[in-house]
Amino acid sequence: MEGTANSMSEYLSVLIFIFVGIGSVLFTFFLSRLIRPHNPYKEKSIPYECAELPIGDSWFKFNNRFYIFALMFVIFDVEVVFLFPWAVAFGELGLFALVEMIIFILILFFGLFYAWRKGALKWV
Amino acid sequence: MWEIVIISSIKVLLVVVAILTGCAYATYMERKVLGHMQHRIGPLYAGPYGLLQPVADGLKLIFKEDIVPDNVERTTYALAPLLAFVPSLLTFAVVPFAADVDMFGYRITGVISDLNIGILWVFAVTSLGVYGLVLAGWSSGSKYSMLGAIRSSAQMISYEVAYGLSIIGVILIANTFSLREIVEQQASITDWFVFRQPLGFLLFITCAIAETNRAPFDLPEAESELVAGYHTEYSSMRFSTFFISEYANMIAVSSVATTLFFGGWQGPLLPPILWFCIKVFLFMFLYIWLRATFPRFRYDQLMAFGWKVLFPLALLNTIVTAGLVMLTDWL
Repeated sequence: MEGTANSMSEYLSVLIFIFVGIGSVLFTFFLSRLIRPHNPYKEKSIPYECAELPIGDSWFKFNNRFYIFALMFVIFDVEVVFLFPWAVAFGELGLFALVEMIIFILILFFGLFYAWRKGALKWV
Repeated sequence: MWEIVIISSIKVLLVVVAILTGCAYATYMERKVLGHMQHRIGPLYAGPYGLLQPVADGLKLIFKEDIVPDNVERTTYALAPLLAFVPSLLTFAVVPFAADVDMFGYRITGVISDLNIGILWVFAVTSLGVYGLVLAGWSSGSKYSMLGAIRSSAQMISYEVAYGLSIIGVILIANTFSLREIVEQQASITDWFVFRQPLGFLLFITCAIAETNRAPFDLPEAESELVAGYHTEYSSMRFSTFFISEYANMIAVSSVATTLFFGGWQGPLLPPILWFCIKVFLFMFLYIWLRATFPRFRYDQLMAFGWKVLFPLALLNTIVTAGLVMLTDWL
């Protein structure tokens, strides 16, 4: 861990990186806008659907399995986040932390197998 | 203060140019290597050995008309390429690519920003990438884009969990989030974390390939069923932004894998930056090799593999590593 001043400069570098990244994209967009042709007409600007006229709305109803997987992700990813601070401080925490985290991971396992048994992981 | 700004601006510019060139030549390498693996020759006519092919491709894309379909959500549609590209670039902010050097009286670190939360930064910006894809597919007003976007987001979040867990082993051993310190701990080849975390490494690289939507996990852009997936309706520079961001992601993941498991820039004789490039190059080769070797997963297999195989294995790896670290501390 360094002092506050030092780490501020580290974040400053990150900020510069973000600006340069955005700038590089905008620059190429600008460049191509200057030189590319622009000739839209009706047939060209309909969405692609194998050269047929599109049928129905593109915001269709999708399988609710996707929703269940999103829920699973939220639950388990939040629990994984708890493991990060534990892992980085593991050297100082000792046996108690190990036992406690094993219990935590077993609960995670239990949750996973519960979802598995309930068929949340099945894709039909 | 100002010298810090100037030094890091120069470093950032160099790194961005290097990454963009790397992406361009990664496409060339992919076509060439795939070609030879399939008993073809690959690009040949632009320049010697087709070496100018990426330049020709880039120029062609800049000169292409930007077709925006009628029923797109304009703002989101325009913003999506940016949202996909910038996070893929931002990973490099914390990856150490060389040793520190003294130059012009300043100490120049071989990393753009040595954040003490380096690994967290990597995972944070990698997960941001999914927004670009989802918004691109959602705003395009095409069914193929929409399907591709939903698929890719489901795939990315499914593998995200195991991806995060797979490097907990490394953190347990290294006791730090800083990528610079992790590299410093792998001074000799025997210290490489890949030998202490073999399972962790396999999990990491598998999830990484799924995260970057590459073969055999390239379902979001399965050409045979979804045309081009989330970027079906994009053309010209906007398309190429997505294209570059995919390759930038591959290079980013390769550099993170190099840093975490293969000693980063550490190596004998050759200069550090060259070692880093060689290792990243080998990972890129692995990507292409896998693409040439494996057929694509079926979608249900893909989701089952992520949740029923990778995630439990990653949990087990965490427990076993923690136990072993504790044991070696005692002995």
